[in-house]
Amino acid sequence: MLAYIARRFVIMIPMLVLLSIIAFVIIQLPPGDYLTTYINARIAAGETFNKAEIDALRAQYGLDQSIYVQYARWMGDILFRGSFGTSFFWGRPVGDLLVERLPITIFVSLSSLIVVYTLAIPIAIISAIYKYSWFDFLATTFGFIGLATPNFLIALALSWIFFLITGGMVTSLFSLEFRDAPWSFAKFLDLMSNVWLPILIIGLSGTAGLIRTLRATLLDELSRPYVVTARSKGLTETKLLLKYPVRIAMNPVFSTIGWLLPGLINGGVIVGIVLNLQMIGPVLMQATLTQDMYLAGSIVLILGVLTVIGTLISDILLAWLDPRIRYGAEG
Amino acid sequence: MEQRGKGTMTDITDEVEAGAGIPGMRVSEGGETFYTASQWQLMWWKFRKHKAALVAIGVLLFLYLIAIFADLLTPYAANERFGGWEICQPASIHFRDESGKWVGPSVYKLGRTVDTETFRVKFVEDRSERYPVRFFIPAEPRKALLGVMQSWRLFGVEEGQPVFLFGSDNLGRDVFSRTLYASRISMFIGFGGVILTFVFGVTLGGIAGYLGGVVDEVIMRVVDFMVATPTIPLWMGLAAAIPRDWSVTNTYFAITIILSVLGWGGLARTVRGKLLSLREEDYIMAARVYGASPARLIGRYMLPNFMSYLLVNITIAVPYTILGETSLSFLGLGIQPPAVSWGTLLRDAQQLTVVAQRPWQMIPGIFVVLTVLMFNFIGDGLRDAADPYSRL
Repeated sequence: MLAYIARRFVIMIPMLVLLSIIAFVIIQLPPGDYLTTYINARIAAGETFNKAEIDALRAQYGLDQSIYVQYARWMGDILFRGSFGTSFFWGRPVGDLLVERLPITIFVSLSSLIVVYTLAIPIAIISAIYKYSWFDFLATTFGFIGLATPNFLIALALSWIFFLITGGMVTSLFSLEFRDAPWSFAKFLDLMSNVWLPILIIGLSGTAGLIRTLRATLLDELSRPYVVTARSKGLTETKLLLKYPVRIAMNPVFSTIGWLLPGLINGGVIVGIVLNLQMIGPVLMQATLTQDMYLAGSIVLILGVLTVIGTLISDILLAWLDPRIRYGAEG
Repeated sequence: MEQRGKGTMTDITDEVEAGAGIPGMRVSEGGETFYTASQWQLMWWKFRKHKAALVAIGVLLFLYLIAIFADLLTPYAANERFGGWEICQPASIHFRDESGKWVGPSVYKLGRTVDTETFRVKFVEDRSERYPVRFFIPAEPRKALLGVMQSWRLFGVEEGQPVFLFGSDNLGRDVFSRTLYASRISMFIGFGGVILTFVFGVTLGGIAGYLGGVVDEVIMRVVDFMVATPTIPLWMGLAAAIPRDWSVTNTYFAITIILSVLGWGGLARTVRGKLLSLREEDYIMAARVYGASPARLIGRYMLPNFMSYLLVNITIAVPYTILGETSLSFLGLGIQPPAVSWGTLLRDAQQLTVVAQRPWQMIPGIFVVLTVLMFNFIGDGLRDAADPYSRL
């Protein structure tokens, strides 16, 4: 088990390096660099700069050096000083913005993962057992449509339906009086009363995919001879189902966390933007529209790292559940 | 995947009915033909059973024809504004008059009034005046497909009142015409993207599978990475770098490239896997011993063997690209107005307040879902058919 975890960690390193390179490329992509944008913004605000000041600033930010040195400096700042650079739009360190928005984003993503499981697993099991029943038909239709609908459309449609039924709107994670208040139990309760709809929306798209996978795997298992054998031995149907085929069919459920998680992060970003929630999505959106590249690149980096870590945890859990992976040659 | 269970069931009954002697081998088109049929013939026989996929092909053909001939079908130009007709609900077409007599398609005169409670402008039917809907009505000549001048519109009323099949937006533009024009960019970006994805995927997957070793290891780690990273932040980050003042064509290509650069992973994985397993086959060994060049080995002997898998992957890649473009344009990072795509149209409905006031602006979304759904159906059908010798 320890050897497996060690191996997984080693595989993770090149992925993280690649991710950091991509984030850096994103930061470097727009024509002109951070400083040009910054100086232009200051000049527009009425300040004046002379050549010497600009050169001094360039040296301070290391922009006069080669691209590799710049990358190394950027990485070094993040790794050793926890500094992600400055957002020129917000005029604040990127790190502060991340700290503000990330916890809720992570919380919503993880909760939607739970929603996915609590919805998809029972639905898939029931629709596999009662194949071609009306329930199965409904679940399959839902699965197909859920896969074909972009996240933002689900968010729009669901919140519209919610509006038609209740007349209320989901516009914020917090009620007005708690928006700038420090964390308290009351604020937490307030969050809970607002956050469930975004969580549900983000979860639904993942649910659709999982229902399809789980149903197909379970159907394959149900036609295996061992099921027939168990049935002929007189095992009750519930016991038979839950003890063997369902357990086997659950394996892909956990092994696909690695695919589900990026989808949920995607959903979180888009739904956050559509409903304008206090999550990372709108910040990223703002950053990309204003070409605030340090912020955009850092968010891409952080979301990527979170996904990689999530996948790592799920792989370790899977290895713990399934000895075949633990002892497998490939890992 | 969904059809697998169903497929197996019918296969078994067919097998019993046809009374084929060899277990696991079903005689499809009676006796000998099964054994002499080409791979593509077998695939078609299997695909044909997938009714949903067949229907999907029909629907998609229909949608693509609409996109191509959008000029001939739309009553108005994509950005034509009707002053005084902002936020009008979809027209209700009546076939009978007040007394119940059949009069053919017609609309009632719409009057603009202000709701006394909400203070919002709304349009109310004036039942006393009825305008019959006419077809091929003469109109200002406009440039249509291939530069042909078109001096008629498919439908409209002669009294001058605009007919908004899907309602109008806040600038008084016809959502129906806009949706149809938008389908051009939205539906064809799929193909542009797929061609690029295909080039990237087959080349890199081919290199990985054929060379093996370190190259293979590096390429596959990159693929792992791409599959495991959330795409939307990446898309957004890359799309942010597209200059806002680029022309529509440039933006279009930039988006296509972004979507393909991040989307070739799945295809590369398939190509590599197939090449690796084919490399070990006896007939490849025989060809190699015989002195076939690597190009001939791959092109003549290996490629035809997994063409069907490529086809499946391509079918899956098209809706991926369509969804990508729609999401990006929806966020304002993709196609920019005045160009229209489904994404830019849905962007008009971005706020919930807008949706609540004029839900008809979500109609382009139905087209997105329908198109992607149809591609998924075909993909499913092809996946089952891709390996014609399996589960037959």
